[in-house]
Amino acid sequence: MTENSERRVVSVIVRNEASVLSRITDLFSGRGYNITSLTVAPIPESRYSRLTIVTSGSVRVIEQITKQLHKLIPVLRVYEHADLVEKEMAMVKFPITENLSDISTLCEAYNGKIVNVGENIIIAMVADEPKRIDNFLAVIKRYNPKEIVRSGSVALER
Amino acid sequence: MQISGAQMVIEALIAEGVTTVFGYPGGAIMNVYDEIYKQDGFEHILTRHEQAAVHAAEGYSKASGKVGVAMITSGPGFTNAVTGLADAYMDSIPLVVISGQVPMSLIGTDAFQEIDAVGISRSCTKHNYLVTDAKDLPRILKEAFYIAASGRPGPVHVDIPKDVTAQIEEFNYDIELDLETYKPHVKGNPRQIKKAIEAISKAKRPVFYLGGGIINANAAYEVRDLVHRTGIPAVETFMARGVLPHDDELLIGMLGMHGSYASNMAMSETDLVIALGARFDDRVTGKLSEFAKNAGVIHVDIDPASISKLVNADFPIVGDVKNVVVDMLEQADRINSNHYESWRETVSNFDELHPLTFHEDSDRIKPQWVVKRVGELLGDNANISTDVGQHQMWAGQFYPFTRPRQFISSGGLGTMGFGFPAAMGVKSASPEKTSINFTGDGSILMNCQELMTAVEKKLPVINIILNNNYLGMVRQWQTLFYDKRHSETDLSVQPDFVKLAEAFGGIGYRVNTKEEFDAALKDAVEKDIVAFIEVIVHRLENVMPMVPSGGSLFNMMLLEKKETK
Repeated sequence: MTENSERRVVSVIVRNEASVLSRITDLFSGRGYNITSLTVAPIPESRYSRLTIVTSGSVRVIEQITKQLHKLIPVLRVYEHADLVEKEMAMVKFPITENLSDISTLCEAYNGKIVNVGENIIIAMVADEPKRIDNFLAVIKRYNPKEIVRSGSVALER
Repeated sequence: MQISGAQMVIEALIAEGVTTVFGYPGGAIMNVYDEIYKQDGFEHILTRHEQAAVHAAEGYSKASGKVGVAMITSGPGFTNAVTGLADAYMDSIPLVVISGQVPMSLIGTDAFQEIDAVGISRSCTKHNYLVTDAKDLPRILKEAFYIAASGRPGPVHVDIPKDVTAQIEEFNYDIELDLETYKPHVKGNPRQIKKAIEAISKAKRPVFYLGGGIINANAAYEVRDLVHRTGIPAVETFMARGVLPHDDELLIGMLGMHGSYASNMAMSETDLVIALGARFDDRVTGKLSEFAKNAGVIHVDIDPASISKLVNADFPIVGDVKNVVVDMLEQADRINSNHYESWRETVSNFDELHPLTFHEDSDRIKPQWVVKRVGELLGDNANISTDVGQHQMWAGQFYPFTRPRQFISSGGLGTMGFGFPAAMGVKSASPEKTSINFTGDGSILMNCQELMTAVEKKLPVINIILNNNYLGMVRQWQTLFYDKRHSETDLSVQPDFVKLAEAFGGIGYRVNTKEEFDAALKDAVEKDIVAFIEVIVHRLENVMPMVPSGGSLFNMMLLEKKETK
């Protein structure tokens, strides 16, 4: 594919049943599509779950991804988002010896705070747009983060 | 009614109208086989390999239009069947394949003959199920048959643990399916159809591009009608052979890698491709960027994912091709067939320039002659299956097909060993026709154990082995593209095919001349038992014309005018 590759967020509504997640991930690996991140959780009071998949590909590839996803039997709906609100969460473990007020202030700027304090470490969390999470993680490097976990994106159409 | 899971399988198959099941028993599926022993609602045909069971079910399905059913055990039984599942998936053949599994309590323990069957079949089936409770079995089997046959058809795999087949539960098959997430779109959008008709009426050089989906949708006769009403020339894919009768004056021929010059030129010169149930496979299009370069594209397909997958469709129409063609016929008056007079002439000039033909040889029978000769002798009275390779292409090129479901071949996956078991399935679905399998000296050995099934179940398939002592198609590519380095394709060391057939109780013929061939075929048809007719053919014959892999359709290697012997 020589066409330009672009980042896309796709939401998939699937029936809660055995191996439905494998069907989705097998489709991506089998057809050579990318998964940047994937989140999944049940939709309250329904027999469905919602997956949010961040992927990338040319326009043609993205179109195929949505069509192939829709072809899977347990898939109810596929949204290829154009206008959306997208958020991601990250948690970071810092040594308690770092400058805690700096870290706390930074977290606040990214909709977060220090959520746990232990004898030797603290855990901070932030929730923001994935690009801003990238920024945050770049900025906090100087405070010697010990461990970082990102949740992957969730998204809703505006 | 309180019955076991195994009995539920039997009851469901009978309720679905299944008359023939192909299979092979084993430990995990024994409860079901015990019930098969006790019933007389359908016939079970014991193949001698699980792969053959699935191919036979495919042949049965293709010939009859019904869902084919195969049954196998867990572990190796299942893995042997995977090639058949993949083959059916590629060619959109509706199957329900039922496999045994180790008991629920042993799943995940690396038990004897345990394999993650649904994990393996996920990527080569339309859908699959692991049944964890016999209460679910009636619904799952009903869904399986519905999903296999509806929309774009395909194989559905149902994996049943041994303890589930023993579990006793209430059985009720008269249930409403609740498939909120699966609703195939069968009716074409009227506005799109109207636009498509308009585009056709304005086109100067339109071409129908007919695909195998027409046969799956039982739409061949409606398509014939549409082609004749519009007067637009048509090309067929390999999978669509028989949609138009071979002598139809609007049929240009088969297109693609080994299609006719005229078909490929028409496709290159057209200004509007009308694709019906075809999927723009790479063996059809050649180099994509050069395919129908200056043409608009109308694409009718039941599978939205097939549309604009490889070639952008200007007029996408998602729907069952039969429905859409019927809708198009209603508006066909808006198309004036005189409009395409000069285009039809251009197309027939292409054909006169380089007709599809071959050169006879005085010493050795040419393989193409054999195909043509069978066509002359049996014609409409035979159903034709093939294995995979040169003989397969020659069958597609030279057999005079007259009807849909006459030609059964492994098009998408290209499975050697498909032809013989598929032909047995064809014979069991369509016993009144002679079942011919064109095969090669390579392919036939990949499922020759089925001689035993054919003898036992009296399925008199006539296997015509075009023997060139080569793995011919690979040899052809080696000759043309690998500087004649015939790596591992020389099959000079061979069994005695006559004795091989006889060893199983079939009949064998070795043929060196045309007279011998005629006599052998006549005898085999009369004897009505499974036969091998080994025809010693010209060793180095190539399938021509040919679009080299990745080349453009208009750039074909053509048959040399006078062949050097």
